[in-house]
Amino acid sequence: MKYVIMFTFDPELDAQVPADRMQGLYARAYEWYGVNAAQIAAGGAQLQPVETATTLKYSESGTVVVDGPFSEAKEVVGGFDVIDVPDLDAAIALVRTWPFLELPGWGVEIRPILTSGSQSEE
Amino acid sequence: MSGSDAAARPDDASAPSGEVAASDLLLSQVVREQSGRIVAALARSLGSLDIAEEAVAEAVEEALRGWRKGGIPPNPGAWLTQAARHNALDRLRREKSYREKLARMGPGIDPESAAPKDAWPDSSAELDDRLPLLFGCCHPALAPEAQLALTLRAVCGLTTAQIARATFSTEPATAQRIVRAKRKIGATGILLRVPDATDRAARLDIVLTIVSVMYSEAHLVAGGDAAADRDLADDALWLAGVIAAALPREAEAHGLLALLLFHRARESARSVDGELVLMADQDRSRWNQTLIVRARAELEQAARLRRPGRWQLHAAIAACHADAETAAKTDLLQVLVLYDLLIGYDPSPVVRLNRAVALDRVGAPTAALTEVDALEGQLTRTHLWHAVRAHLLRRLGRDDEALAADLHALELTANDAERRLLAARTGR
Repeated sequence: MKYVIMFTFDPELDAQVPADRMQGLYARAYEWYGVNAAQIAAGGAQLQPVETATTLKYSESGTVVVDGPFSEAKEVVGGFDVIDVPDLDAAIALVRTWPFLELPGWGVEIRPILTSGSQSEE
Repeated sequence: MSGSDAAARPDDASAPSGEVAASDLLLSQVVREQSGRIVAALARSLGSLDIAEEAVAEAVEEALRGWRKGGIPPNPGAWLTQAARHNALDRLRREKSYREKLARMGPGIDPESAAPKDAWPDSSAELDDRLPLLFGCCHPALAPEAQLALTLRAVCGLTTAQIARATFSTEPATAQRIVRAKRKIGATGILLRVPDATDRAARLDIVLTIVSVMYSEAHLVAGGDAAADRDLADDALWLAGVIAAALPREAEAHGLLALLLFHRARESARSVDGELVLMADQDRSRWNQTLIVRARAELEQAARLRRPGRWQLHAAIAACHADAETAAKTDLLQVLVLYDLLIGYDPSPVVRLNRAVALDRVGAPTAALTEVDALEGQLTRTHLWHAVRAHLLRRLGRDDEALAADLHALELTANDAERRLLAARTGR
């Protein structure tokens, strides 16, 4: 099954992490992609900082363009990947090893991709 | 509900008592014994827990209606299986015509690939096939309330109405919770299987926690009397037995079964005429010695596996109480030592509160109160915290503060029997 994994973090908390620790985590994240290459499908991306986000929103007087991300939450989406694994347990096992989960504020959301024939809402 | 039909599953509150109530009890036991297996088998052959579970739930409703009038058929399992298969086929047919309608409307839906064929692996022959179902229902990707509701329906064969009453929820909310949980299992690729060694202990703990919640939920029904809702506790005890029998090498499974047996053994002394009796005041001759013997045997079996854990420690504490001829003869130091060990496995506020009570009972009420006060904020919204605090304050001669704490506790409890107990203490 294919899942999108979305990496979220709190930029304020990340900013407090010492640079050398951050460097170490980036190195391990790079390794993580190498070790798990077989399970990671093409199409993932790391995103530019949240300050670069632009959002289009519904409004009664027509769509508006606003500066900033879609949500007011402190946590922001930092990137995403598509993984192809047998089932949710395999996805959880893979994501559990993501090095940045050692940092406060980090989260990884796992969502199955809707495919033709998916058991989705009726 | 009166005490006489309390043992029957409260399927129909208006059911007359006497013979019908007794046959209701029999009905629910028969249904419970069969339905989980049928759900598991049907889910495997259809590749859909949603359809299988729905079909069995419908069959259970039909059975409860039909059997109450016409009696239980000679082979109830075959009856339920057939009814469930029929319902499942019906549902598949409806879904197929729905899919075909959809296909005519636009591209994209392929009914053949509806479920991955390998999504429901055959469970190994020696394993009770309800276990994979149970682990799927208690998957950590589901919220605890959803785990509980789905387990009660898919594994224990309760109806939505029964679950709603037992968990102090409404029928529509319960139904929606179950539907969402099943959809999530189907859509996100949660497999019905017993996890392998790396995840086994953590996942088993979730399952055991749900069974324990099931047991205590039976005593917490708002507005309920102490004996009125024995049945969910009975389901929990039954399920703990199923798990321990299916996973005989898992020490914690025996530990939980032992714990629930100890609790069950004290039940008739714990509630007398609908009134709650504290352990120290219980008539110990009313404790069920047969259940205590079984509980001890389970605990010993767990100990032989040499893998201690929190459920075994909880059970060991219960054993200390069961061993004492009178409340005064309880080995209180042993209880405290066991709580100290338990905190290593389970440092939750409730365990720390119980340890504080043990501390008081070895003669350290001041230290106990310090511990209890340290839990302020974490447990302030539970009546138990205020009740324990009231008891300690009274011990220390701070009667005015004790009364205030008891009144707080009274405000926070929704269970009638607990209310009366606290009311007696506050003189209201």
